[in-house]
This record gives sequence, structure tokens and C-alpha cells, in this order.
Amino acid sequence: MSMNRQETEQLIQEVLQVYPEATGKQRAKHLMANDPTLEKSNKCIVANKKALPGVMTARGCAYAGAKGVVWGPIKDVVNISHGPVGCGQFSRAGRRNYVTGHSGVNVFADMNFTSDFQEKDVVFGGDKKLAKMIAEIDTLFPLAKGVTVQSECPIGLIGDDIEAVAKKSAKDIGKPVVPVRCEGFRGVSQSLGHHVANDSLRDWVLHNRDDDNSFESTPYDVAITGDYNIGGDAWSSRVLLEEMGLRVIAQWSGDGSIPEMQTTRHAKLNLLHCYRSMNYISRHLEEKYGIPYLEYNFFGPTQIAASLRKIAAFFDSTIQENAERVIARHQPMQDAIIAKYRPRLEGKRVMLFVGGLRPRHVIGAYEDLGMEIIGAGYEFAHNDDYDRTFKELQDGALIYDDATSFELESFVERLKPDLIGSGIKEKYVFHKMGIPFRQMHSWDYSGPYHGYDGFAIFARDMDMTINNPCWKKLQAPWKRAGAEALKSAA
Amino acid sequence: MAIRQCAIYGKGGIGKSTTTQNLVAGLAAEGKKIMIIGCDPKADSTRLILHAKAQNTIMEMAAAAGTVEDLELDEVLKVGYGGIRCVESGGPEPGVGCAGRGVITAINFLEEEGAYEEDLDFVFYDVLGDVVCGGFAMPIRENKAQEIYIVVSGEMMAMYAANNIAKGICKYATSGKVRLAGLICNSRKTDKEAELIEALADRMGTQMIHFVPRDNVVQRAEIRRMTVIEYDPKAKQADEYRTLARKIVENKKFVIPKPLTMDELEDLLMEFGILDEEDESIVGKTAEAEAALAAA
Repeated sequence: MSMNRQETEQLIQEVLQVYPEATGKQRAKHLMANDPTLEKSNKCIVANKKALPGVMTARGCAYAGAKGVVWGPIKDVVNISHGPVGCGQFSRAGRRNYVTGHSGVNVFADMNFTSDFQEKDVVFGGDKKLAKMIAEIDTLFPLAKGVTVQSECPIGLIGDDIEAVAKKSAKDIGKPVVPVRCEGFRGVSQSLGHHVANDSLRDWVLHNRDDDNSFESTPYDVAITGDYNIGGDAWSSRVLLEEMGLRVIAQWSGDGSIPEMQTTRHAKLNLLHCYRSMNYISRHLEEKYGIPYLEYNFFGPTQIAASLRKIAAFFDSTIQENAERVIARHQPMQDAIIAKYRPRLEGKRVMLFVGGLRPRHVIGAYEDLGMEIIGAGYEFAHNDDYDRTFKELQDGALIYDDATSFELESFVERLKPDLIGSGIKEKYVFHKMGIPFRQMHSWDYSGPYHGYDGFAIFARDMDMTINNPCWKKLQAPWKRAGAEALKSAA
Repeated sequence: MAIRQCAIYGKGGIGKSTTTQNLVAGLAAEGKKIMIIGCDPKADSTRLILHAKAQNTIMEMAAAAGTVEDLELDEVLKVGYGGIRCVESGGPEPGVGCAGRGVITAINFLEEEGAYEEDLDFVFYDVLGDVVCGGFAMPIRENKAQEIYIVVSGEMMAMYAANNIAKGICKYATSGKVRLAGLICNSRKTDKEAELIEALADRMGTQMIHFVPRDNVVQRAEIRRMTVIEYDPKAKQADEYRTLARKIVENKKFVIPKPLTMDELEDLLMEFGILDEEDESIVGKTAEAEAALAAA
């Protein structure tokens, strides 16, 4: 049973009670009841603001956004975590952005490079060490297509000139060397890191082959941006585009490569999945190269079909007919999936708390299975993300921006959802509360969830989580109703 | 008796290192056991004691050894004139790295390695001009220097700097035991210099502990990488440093300073004729505008 707007507002007020006055006043601006008629969010919710002292936020930092999200999945560059060892080590191999290729030959994303800063590097500066490191990387891995310098906090504090090192080293090794100013203390969340990384691709990579026209383009060339190939998402997406006669010439950045990025300018259309993390480069591609971008959604058959038609409408009638054929071919399989799982999931209530895209993008997939989203929130969304969220959510649904762990737990206690979709930091808290949970950053070691193939896996995963027999075993046998009767009978 | 730890601050170029080394040589001549810790990347706080161009610094040696943990105390602690123990924190070339962190690392190293031996009477920290960041405040944090001497002269900027340093002391004075112990006037032969610094000290709630006159023998000694005390103990200037040393030994006036506001400081400077009465009407006027005004 979902709440109306008034009930949701009241719940928000009750949860805010526990805060000191000033904190409560600030947090109130980040919580609201949905009104699907709203067009603009800036008057009703505050987003992309610094988390308050004393709360537990789920946010990461700019380094996480730049190295982890945007640059990490590009397979043929060496990303140096420049600074002390922890940032690199603890951000390693946790994101499940899949790549094809051979480690050390054309894939370097599976290795971990760090300049391992010591006190002496802080005191005397790390520029010389960095230059030496880049030269050594070039010797050890001559096939790498470039090197990036992912700047950790100390680099910004001591004022190292990594741009100067990058320029000189790039000349020395004859490849792009990209300084990425993603010091963790910058900005309020990982979101700034996405922006910094987009800008570094724009300034140091994108245009490097603008005078090389050897690439033979076709009228059907498209690029995928904002797909990080989590569990193979980009692969299960591109097959649909290829099936309808388009040619995917670049993937940003899941399973992507530097040459692809440099040929992106030949695309006729840029397909943008994660708006939050790649709207920046998409705007640039449009402004500089005249490539329009189109936001699409490949979660669940309803959204997929709508997106395929929207994409096809940009091209000729052949592509449009192909799109219909693709939809028609897949629909029976999708119907079969829904026929199997919908009866087991119908009416189940879901709360979501993810990064900057999925809380709105996966709603259609849940609704295809007859499920209902009663609450949704983002860790690091901006107001333009909320603009895109209101019409996807039902009236009165609870919206939470940068929810604190206290708020999220309180909302869950009151709303008692049948499923929560969030991240690893939330997972075990809610498991202990006895609530089915799926990780919606990493697909919980599963996936892909994008595309028609992904929906089959998505539906199975939601079913095996919600209908798992373990949830009925959480109460000790002697505490169950009727336990006394059993005992006396024995 | 507990070690007395003193830090010497003051505007860059005011003569902190020269004054410190001469004063320390004066104390050593009286039989005091002293350690000097240079807290400036330039590493020129011990050269007059060691007759050296520049001492090997902690940070330099640590970088060469790999990490500071690989360093031994006797590699960086040198003994010079009068048994004075000398160390330099060292740090980067200008414009790179973080000199402040170098000071923190060096002092932590000295503590861990037991450089603060119980037989010491005094430790002197010779610190870079301004307290530009947390690293250069390291010598006045808890359990470090509790007496601060500011080297100053009758020049306006030197007094501004002294007043700013006093503000920095206030911050640490409230959380610890650090106190301002006096101003050392290193004369630049400006007008009414002694009176001015006395007045400044008075307003700040402290004392001018000594007026060190200007004397070329200091430069003659420096060329020989020596203190005056060692080079020419009979010189009048050597007496001045010995007097300063004696006053510091006997000093009991440790205060939380009362830094002046900008207006108060300017009033004081005007009182002594260093600063002219401010004329609001000329603020922001270019030479051209003034000429036009004069012609009209």
C-alpha cells in the first residue's frame, strides 16, 4: 500500500524530528513527496550539496568518480593512482566493468598502478617520480594507448604540477598522458569526478586525431556513452543496436578504448545512457562536432521498445522497420519472462537508493514485473536528474537526496518494502533487518541488466531475492507463534 | 630541570638564524647544553656553529635512505662549537612539495629517536619567517617550544610580521602552554628604534628583552662561518649576545600576547613618525588624476 503525498510529507517530518534544529532544516530540503506533474525540481528539492557533519552519507569522492567510474573501464590505458597507496588499492576491481582482450597486451584495466607516495614525496614533491613512472610504464607496457594521472588528495595540497609532467611525458612516449585533477577533497561527491574526467577526455584525448580522416564512416554510426559495461551491460545493449542495422563505433567507457574515443566524432548520433556521468562530454560532442545526443533507457521491455523506436526515428525507414522487427522478435521472449515472474512479484514494493541514474531508469523494468516503486533517491544527483525523475515515479512516492543512513533506515522501518535496491554499504544493514536486498551498483555479482537479455536476468534475480526461502527462517523456531504449543505437545 | 624549549620567529631576512646562533653560542659559553633545530628548507640555522656550508638535513637524508624510518639519529645530528647539537629539518626547493610537512616529519623523527635528551638545558627552534601553515606551527604545538622570541627591528614590515606571529601564538596559547617570552630587537638603525620596539612590546603585553645593536663584526664572523662569540669573544658585540643569553636564562616574563589591531599598530607607527597620517582623499587616485586635480 503506497502513501499519498500528505502521508509521505508527514513521515518526512517525523524522521526529521531526531535532528538538531539546524541539521533538520537543511535535511528537510533534500526530502520530498513526489508530484508527477512537476517539471522543474529546483523549487522543491535541493541536490548536489555538501553532506552535513555528523551524518553518515553514502557518497564517495571526486577520485572515485574520475578513476573508478569514468576512466577505470577504458581498457587500453594505464591509470596511475597518483598519491599514497590506499586510494588505488581499495578502488581496485570492485566495479565489475567487463572488458575483452588480453591482460598486459591490450587490457590494463585489470592491473593496479600507484605512485605509492611516501613522506619524502610529499615534502619534496612527486613530479620527478611521476615522470620516471610514466617512462617505466611505457617500457613495460609498450602497447598501452596512453597513461592517466589520477590525482589523489596530497597532489592538490602540495601543488605538484602534473600538467607539466603530462605534457613533457606525452612528448617523450608519443602517447596521450592525461592529468586528471580529481583530488578527493574537491566537490561534494563523486559527481565532480565525473565532470573532471569528462573534461580531461575532452582536453587531452578526444581531438588528438581530428586531422586523420582515414576512418571510413557510415550513415549508421552511433556511439554509446554513459554505459560502463557492468556485468556486460554495454554488450547486451549494442547487440540490439546492431540488430537494427546501426554500427556502434565507440563505447564510453565500458570496454572502451582510446582509439574509439578519438573516432567518436564520426558518429551520427550519440546514445547517452548515464546522463549524470557523461552529459558533459555529450554536450561537447554536440557543440564541437555537431553530434546530437539522445537519452535512452534499456531497462525492461517497455523502456527498451520505446528507446529503440526513439533511436530509429533519428534514422531512415529501413532502420525504423528494423527496429520494429527487433522488438517483434524479442517481445514473445519478454512476454514469457513476464508470464513466469510477474505472478511471483506482482504488487511487491521497492525502495531504491543508487547513484545518479538508476533510481529513475530501472523503474520501468520493475513495473514490467508488476512491482511498485514507493521510494527512490540518489547519492549524488543534480537538479536536472530530479527533473527527469518526477514523471517516472508515482504520486506521493518518497524522494530522498543524499539520504543519511539514519533516514534510509527510518524510512525502511516505516515503509516496510519487499525489496531494497542500493549498494554494498547498505546491503548488510537491511539483510539484518530481514529485508530482501539487491545491489544496484554492481548488480550483486550478476548482470547484465541492460537490454532484452539483461531483463531475463534482472527478473530472475529479483525473484530469487524476494522469494528466497531464507527470509522465512529469520526467526528462531522457539520464538515463532505456536512454539509453546509445540513444546507442550513434545 | 626540565628542558627549556624556545622558538625563534620573525620576518624573513630579519636575522633570526644569525641571532639564534650567536645567542646559543653565548649560552654554550656559559656551559649550557643546547640543541638547535633548524625548521627552514633553506637549512642555514646551524652553519655558524658547525663551520659548514649547509648541514645534511633530515629530509634530504630520509629521501636518500628511502624513508625516514630508515634513518639513524647520528646521521643527522652533528655537534659543533661548545657542544651544541645541531639538526636541520630541511625541505624542498622553492616552489615544489610541502615544506611544512617536512618540519612535521623531522620533529616527529627527533622525538621518536630520542634526540631530546634529558641532559639538555635548552632546545632552540629556528623557524621560517611566517607561520604560513600548520607545519611551521609544529614547533609551538603541545610539548614543544613554550617560549617564543620574536626577532624584530624598527622597520614597519618587521613589526607587522611580529604582530601577526603574536596572533598565531594566541591560537596555540589557549590550547597549550606556549607563551610569548619577548621581542629581540635586531637593530637596523632606524629612528628611535629602541623606544619604538619597547612601546610595541608594551602594547603587546610583553618586553623587549634586548636591543642588539648593529655591528660589522657579525658579518666578518659570518664570512668565516662563525659566531661572534667564537670568532672574537672580546668584541663588544659578543658582550651584547652574552647579555641577551643571560637575560633569556633569567627570563620569567612569559605572557599570552595581546596582538594589536591594524588601526592600533598604525597609530603606534604614526606616533613615532614612521607612518604619515592617512589622507582618505588620495586613496585610489592615479598620478594622472592627481595632476589634473592640481592643475585645476
